[in-house]
Amino acid sequence: MQKEIIIAGFGGQGVLFGGQVVAYAAMDNGKDVTWIPSYGPEMRGGTANCTVVIADHEIGSPLVKNPPLAIALNLPSFDKYEEVLAPGGTLVVNQSMVDRAAKRDDIHVIMVPCNEIAEEIGDKKLMNMVAIGALLTALPEIKVEDVEKALKGHLPTRHQHLLPKNYEALKRGYEHAQKEWDKVPA
Amino acid sequence: MPKELWKGNEAIAEAAVRAGLEAYFGYPITPQTEVLEYLSRRMPELGRAFVQAESELGAINMVYGAACTGVRVMSSSSSPGVSLMMEGLSYIAGTEIPAVLVNVMRGGPGLGNIAPAQGDYYQAVRGGGHGDYPRIVLAPASVQEAIDLTALSFDLAEKYRMITMLILDGSTGQMMEPAEMPAMQEIKRKNFEWATNGAMNRERRILSSIYLNPLDEEKTNLRLLTRWQDVQANEVRYKEYFLEDAQFIVIGFGTAGRVALSAVREARAQGIKVGLLRPITVSPFPYEALEQLTGQAEAFLVTEMNTGQMLDDVMLTVRGRKPVEFYGRPGGVVPFPDEILNEIKRIAAGPVPVHSNPRVSWLHRATAHA
Repeated sequence: MQKEIIIAGFGGQGVLFGGQVVAYAAMDNGKDVTWIPSYGPEMRGGTANCTVVIADHEIGSPLVKNPPLAIALNLPSFDKYEEVLAPGGTLVVNQSMVDRAAKRDDIHVIMVPCNEIAEEIGDKKLMNMVAIGALLTALPEIKVEDVEKALKGHLPTRHQHLLPKNYEALKRGYEHAQKEWDKVPA
Repeated sequence: MPKELWKGNEAIAEAAVRAGLEAYFGYPITPQTEVLEYLSRRMPELGRAFVQAESELGAINMVYGAACTGVRVMSSSSSPGVSLMMEGLSYIAGTEIPAVLVNVMRGGPGLGNIAPAQGDYYQAVRGGGHGDYPRIVLAPASVQEAIDLTALSFDLAEKYRMITMLILDGSTGQMMEPAEMPAMQEIKRKNFEWATNGAMNRERRILSSIYLNPLDEEKTNLRLLTRWQDVQANEVRYKEYFLEDAQFIVIGFGTAGRVALSAVREARAQGIKVGLLRPITVSPFPYEALEQLTGQAEAFLVTEMNTGQMLDDVMLTVRGRKPVEFYGRPGGVVPFPDEILNEIKRIAAGPVPVHSNPRVSWLHRATAHA
């Protein structure tokens, strides 16, 4: 088993941390995992992304050209990763930040209003966790509880009081995505 | 100890601390800065020496001074910064004292860019500084390997009174992977018979790289070479993947090696009998392992993130007995596995001629597509 995930968005949307949470959950599940950020000039304003690879074996390339899984938290990332996603793959899109529908019909595009859901929970910064929750519907190797455990296990003590809301964000994202999947004809 | 998610640069810093690093001197440069940043916090916490020098020249000469006292000392930088250190490195080599230097390589030449590259292989392996001196060069391909080789580099430097360099590229420095950190070692200052660590109640010692009499300098050169024979005999390290029945053999170090692993797995899935040799010590180079494989292989593919530098070491071993092909992405570009897979398929489809210069034939292919 090997799966690659790209998470992309504006700097400040929690792209890199979102990827780390998935990486921690995979590691705690006994998987080999790599997390690699874009660290070039683009991290100073503009878009940021990270690639997470999860596998049962020693991971080769930490980068991937056509990932089966991706999260696009803004429109530039939607434009970029809709094009390169592997056929049959799943792209979670932050519907709050895009103004168009999907162009491709050979991939699954799951629209999730991440900003609105996060604001309903009470903190718009939770938007990345909403998206991660949605992604998990297409990543059966990692369960929502695994990510919850990873957050609890690796979040610094000073942030532990934020856990309940993070859990809620994950759950709401997962549930929203589940409903979107239900609309997909079998 | 349980595995934790470590970033390559920070993992190297912590591994050095746990191996007994007593003094660090450096200067910030992307994509290496986290080594320095981490140690700026960690070293003072432990009462150990950390200096952000005024420049890389300052840093390497501080390393030179501290190394003379026999404590574990290190610097780190990235390509342009390492170039600045070359004079000091030659002096350290000429003085025959142990020191560890980490190069988190980026795109070059010149100011280049901050993207991952392997263009400093020649500089690290063949010399860089002036004069005739050997040096140990380790090329980790993962965070765990970076940790293990950092610890090893101090042992090797001391054992052979030699510079040990770690060369990795920016992506290994920036990447996070699960890794196990070794336990904290107590600092055990060894009583080196050469260390200038205070001459109270003993005869004074002099450490220098000056031998004004050429015959003395010649003797020094021969001593260094003799020591290098021991290194070559005892310290070669490499990792083999799917080589038992391999007809085609890919060779790559560091990130190029691990990207090749993905390509080799995919080629195997498609029924091509291909394996991978990943040198971990690029100096000493695993000549003997490659010599063994030269009998077995129908053809070799060398893959690097440069225009073909380790390629020379492969060709020195294979010596025209089998075809050697090359695929490179220089300038800060990391190849994707499918690029290497396409090369494997091209070579497996054969026939592959024995080129006098695989670099040139690769250049023709590379520029024909552009």
